[in-house]
Amino acid sequence: MSEELSAESLAQPTREMTVSDEVMIQMIDVHKWYGQFHVLKDINLTVNKGERIVICGPSGSGKSTLIRCLNRLEEHQKGQIVVEGTELTNDLKHIEQIRREVGMVFQHFNLFPHLSVLENLALAPIWVRKLPRAEAEDIAMQYLERVKIPEQAKKYPGQLSGGQQQRVAIARSLCMSPKIMLFDEPTSALDPEMIKEVLDVMIELAQEGMTMICVTHEMGFAKTVANRVIFMDGGEIIEQNEPHEFFENAQHERTKLFLSQILAH
Amino acid sequence: MSEQIAHYSPGTHPDMPAPASIVGLRGWLQQNLLSSPLNIGLTIISLYLVYIIVPPILSWGFIDADWRGETREDCDRVGACWVYIRIWFKQLMYGRYPVTELWRINTAYIVLILAFIPLFIPGFRYKHWIGVFLLFVYPVFAFVMFHGDTAGLEIVETPLWGGLFLTLVIAVTGIVASLPIGIVLALGRRSNMPVVRALCVAFIELWRGVPLITVLFMSSVMFPLFMPEGMHFDKLIRALVGVMLFSAAYMAEVVRGGLQAIPKGQFEAAQAVGLSYWKLMGLIILPQALKIVIPGIVNTFIGLFKDTTLVLIIGLFDFLGMAQAVATNPDWLGFYVEGYVFVACGFWIFCFSMSRYSQHLERKLHTGH
Repeated sequence: MSEELSAESLAQPTREMTVSDEVMIQMIDVHKWYGQFHVLKDINLTVNKGERIVICGPSGSGKSTLIRCLNRLEEHQKGQIVVEGTELTNDLKHIEQIRREVGMVFQHFNLFPHLSVLENLALAPIWVRKLPRAEAEDIAMQYLERVKIPEQAKKYPGQLSGGQQQRVAIARSLCMSPKIMLFDEPTSALDPEMIKEVLDVMIELAQEGMTMICVTHEMGFAKTVANRVIFMDGGEIIEQNEPHEFFENAQHERTKLFLSQILAH
Repeated sequence: MSEQIAHYSPGTHPDMPAPASIVGLRGWLQQNLLSSPLNIGLTIISLYLVYIIVPPILSWGFIDADWRGETREDCDRVGACWVYIRIWFKQLMYGRYPVTELWRINTAYIVLILAFIPLFIPGFRYKHWIGVFLLFVYPVFAFVMFHGDTAGLEIVETPLWGGLFLTLVIAVTGIVASLPIGIVLALGRRSNMPVVRALCVAFIELWRGVPLITVLFMSSVMFPLFMPEGMHFDKLIRALVGVMLFSAAYMAEVVRGGLQAIPKGQFEAAQAVGLSYWKLMGLIILPQALKIVIPGIVNTFIGLFKDTTLVLIIGLFDFLGMAQAVATNPDWLGFYVEGYVFVACGFWIFCFSMSRYSQHLERKLHTGH
């Protein structure tokens, strides 16, 4: 991908990013099908609190589907997914409980275009957390300041640049004080000039100890903040390792081929 | 005049005024009426058409028309006889509603108009209370005023209701009720629950598949046959329910079109922040979907407004029906054209107002850039 955006140009981690032993997410023998098409095959994955995981792989490899299973935007047909001690089943109560704790950022931002930026952020705190409007708006402003666009609060999403929209989307998720953040190719729809502003926000988040799973092709980002990189192909986890080993010393031919192609240009 | 060509170093070029050929009156004429030989020809033909069509209409409707007088003998000129409309104005407006009780209808009209005024004031803070009043309080108030029999008001049976008043009662009831019912049906049709979906599809397809005339006829002729002995529903109420359900089926499909147009990402983002189904629909999806289909909704409203004229076939005398009834008065034979023109203008004013209001709404709700 954009190699000009090297690890050095991104904000450096300033303090020790610790990983605890507390298990946040556990996927055991998870399978998923779209009709006859077997998209996820025997996925086993444990994510501890504070871990920052980057998932990469060719398109159609099931990486987005995998993280979308974690907040039940997709349903798995076999196996077990436990998020924060709650198992994902058809029980709507469990699903809604997990969604309150898991934030998600999408490739195409998916901001609510009919609401102002502030309303986008305050909506879930008001309607899901049942906070009073004033308090929800305080929280919203606080997070807008953290993503460095408080001055855009009254604007509508359509008036913002892609990078600003994605930062609003991140802030929108953070307003629910999630314990886990999922990023589904958050920079893939952005102009090159705007990728850095979004990655900087994500790096800051990682430094604060947020548990993160990112589907991304930003290898600079993976090297800087990830403590584990997962490579997927054909619905399977092919290999996973800590970033240095992963990039320097890939074990599988398929991984080597993928890395050589994505780092080649 | 020789053109002066100035050169600037890169990055310093100032904004220049636009040439006269694209701005101002001359620019407008040149661009819209005289831009090519073909358009010049079309402009001339159009002017000629205006010349042969408009003056006769003006002279029939205004210049040669009769405005004063009390009887048909006063209408001796070649133009329209507006005396006829003036004499029968009360009937056209209110049907056979007792003249001494007309103040009740007028009061209800005035209350309605007063309640609407604040909705047009930008920044008025209690709009939702007005909405609650219009949706829940006003219908009860209007029914008491129109029908009476309580609060010391003399009863006025529905067969006496008529004219533009009856048209408005049917149209407004149909419009106000069809939107919420239509929304529920549209959501039901997209539901994951097979039984709910099947019921909604069946309802929509059944009502949409039959002509309104059939619905009205069934409601007035067939329906009473199935009712138990002694059970009686007012004919107007039966017609109202028929019109309501009929337009709800149309509305459902319009709303479904809007739901279809909302990107999947909106549903996913709303789910991901933890909104339940009804909150997701009410806060995120429906506001966007309804905004998209405002033209379709208003189209259905206008269609419904004009379709109310069909109630004549079950013996209800609406605006148009009253005009036809009046035209058969032996003292005033031969003025049906004036009656139809008057009714057409009345319908046009209401339909055009709805259209303008919808455009105003579209502009107001526009947040994309």
